[in-house]
Amino acid sequence: MATLRVLFVDDEEELVSTVVERLELRGIAATGVVSGEAALALIEEQPFDVVVLDVRMPGLGGLEVIKRIKQSHPDLAVLLLSGHGAKEDATTGLRLGAFDYLQKPVDLEDLIAVLHRAVAGGQCG
Amino acid sequence: MTGAPPIDPLDPAEVEVARPYLAGASAARLRRTVVLATAAVSLLPLLIISFLYYDQYERSLHAEAAQSMSRQVTNNKRALEFFLMERRSALSFMVRDRSFAELCDVKTLPLLMRHMNDAFALGSFADLGLIDSGGKQLCYTGPYDLKGRDYHDQDWFYRVSRRGVFISDTFLGYRQSPHFAIAIKHERENGDYYILRATVNAEVLAEQILTAGLSPDDDVFLVNKDGVLQSPSRRYGGVLQTIPIPIPRATNEVRVLEQADERHRSVVIACVQIADSPFILVYIRPQIRSQGAGLSLPRLLLFLLVSIFFILVVIFWGSRQFVANLRAHSLKRAELMHKVEYANKLATIGRLAASVAHEINNPLAIINEKAGLLEDIVKLQSEFPRREKVLGIVDSIKGSVVRCRTITHRLLGFAKRMDVSSEIISLEELLKEVVSFLGKEVEYRNVTVTIDAEPGVPNIESARGELQQVFLNLLNNAEAAVKDGGHIDIRVRTAGERRIAVSITDDGVGIPKENLERIFEPFFTTKEGSGTGLGLSITYGIVQKLGGEIAVQSEIGNGACFTVLLPVRRG
Repeated sequence: MATLRVLFVDDEEELVSTVVERLELRGIAATGVVSGEAALALIEEQPFDVVVLDVRMPGLGGLEVIKRIKQSHPDLAVLLLSGHGAKEDATTGLRLGAFDYLQKPVDLEDLIAVLHRAVAGGQCG
Repeated sequence: MTGAPPIDPLDPAEVEVARPYLAGASAARLRRTVVLATAAVSLLPLLIISFLYYDQYERSLHAEAAQSMSRQVTNNKRALEFFLMERRSALSFMVRDRSFAELCDVKTLPLLMRHMNDAFALGSFADLGLIDSGGKQLCYTGPYDLKGRDYHDQDWFYRVSRRGVFISDTFLGYRQSPHFAIAIKHERENGDYYILRATVNAEVLAEQILTAGLSPDDDVFLVNKDGVLQSPSRRYGGVLQTIPIPIPRATNEVRVLEQADERHRSVVIACVQIADSPFILVYIRPQIRSQGAGLSLPRLLLFLLVSIFFILVVIFWGSRQFVANLRAHSLKRAELMHKVEYANKLATIGRLAASVAHEINNPLAIINEKAGLLEDIVKLQSEFPRREKVLGIVDSIKGSVVRCRTITHRLLGFAKRMDVSSEIISLEELLKEVVSFLGKEVEYRNVTVTIDAEPGVPNIESARGELQQVFLNLLNNAEAAVKDGGHIDIRVRTAGERRIAVSITDDGVGIPKENLERIFEPFFTTKEGSGTGLGLSITYGIVQKLGGEIAVQSEIGNGACFTVLLPVRRG
């Protein structure tokens, strides 16, 4: 199995850097950015297997970003991170093509499990 | 912090109590105003109409009475005038029929008088005299010896000489018996004149007065212009007495007027002048009081009193209903206002809680990830110094994060559930959640709260926030009622096909019987000074709104059991 390439997008830089480091410790090629704009730019430059996207971000929000990703890269799996109780956002995201959503704060092992499922599902689909 | 927002619906600091309902004193004031205003607008017209009606009635009665008196007086006037005319005519006939010489004959006058008295069945002449122009009585027939009397200085002689005819007032005269005189002057061819004079006893005149149809209080009599009785009066005595009341100026037309009599009682007087005589006919009748079939004053007063009584009864009853309704309405409004206020307060707290939870969630995620990273690093290096100690610290950090996460999730859930929209709810889950809201207090006081749900109880469709509020209120009350170490048992059972019963039983102080009926009333509280008396009424209102019922069973000292029946499907 090839190395999983993950793009982690969240406006909290501390969170992004920590999660990226932890994913890398587990052999996942993780990249982190702190805005939706940066994420969209990076997708154009290098390939990813999964994008993990926070729903609430200043500037381009997660739902807007997923819309654009699905236009340019329909096959790219996107996983949403939503705040607790923001079920509506999550359902909208799923309708827009997200693979799944997780509630913050997320347990890392849960995240990795879903990432693997996303890639497998994407390959099946 | 261990649970949901600490909202105590029974804490007066939490729910400000403005009491816009009608308090006792202002209700009484309002009622007084309503009673007075209604009484004024209903009784005043009644009284005015009654007064006007009575006045009009009295007037018409008076008019009728005046008419009957007037008729009586007119008839009497005619009779008396006829009586006097008859006697004048008789005298006239005599002086024309006989010459002066014949009249001077001693036999003539007695003969004439006898004939006259035979002819006049009713009244007779008492005597008859012939007087010459010098005032000397030439000839006389009658019971007294008056021949030769000189009348030239007497008023009647003067008058008859001037006017030709004269009827005198009643007087006693030489014979000391009341009588009046009729005198006729006759001119002789030689320019001289003589006078034929007859007197009539006053009794005869009195007999001419018609008294048919008079009631015992009525009085008809004759007076002269000086108020001296010319005929006997029932009220004022015999002939020649002076009556003690002023007699109105009499004319040939009948006059009827009211005035006070000698005893200041109101009387109606009708009077008329008898033509060519000094006599005034007077008819006195006591002031007419409506009698008989009509609306008498006592009857009118009775009618008024009965009407006023009924009107007042209706007004009092109506105003009581009115004020009671208003009060109930006002209470309901106050209750509603409090409910809205309370809901708003909860919503505000909910929003505040949500924003706090959101803000805390982000650093919490960072703490969690940093701890995770630290754990990763330690785990990857088997030689890490004090490895176990560090891993223990990491576990502790992660455990605390989980606790924090539970709190923030609950806060967010609470905020979200303030919405009234219906959703499918597991009562058991909901009750667990609400119990967790009760917080540390329960633990500190060592109160045991158990939830016992019957297996297979269906989920219900209802409003989550409202249900939370209902059970929170009931549990707060139960918690306040039990002693330290007490028990609160929550049971969820199906009740029929369509309803679920949730009972909350405590082993606390219980509720006195007299309070059981009033316990759901707004502002009813036993927590003097600390309770608003709204908690259970709000609870009751919400349960009603959700289509359910709430009931309470309790005995003093034996705890209380509140049962909430909820429909499985709403509406």
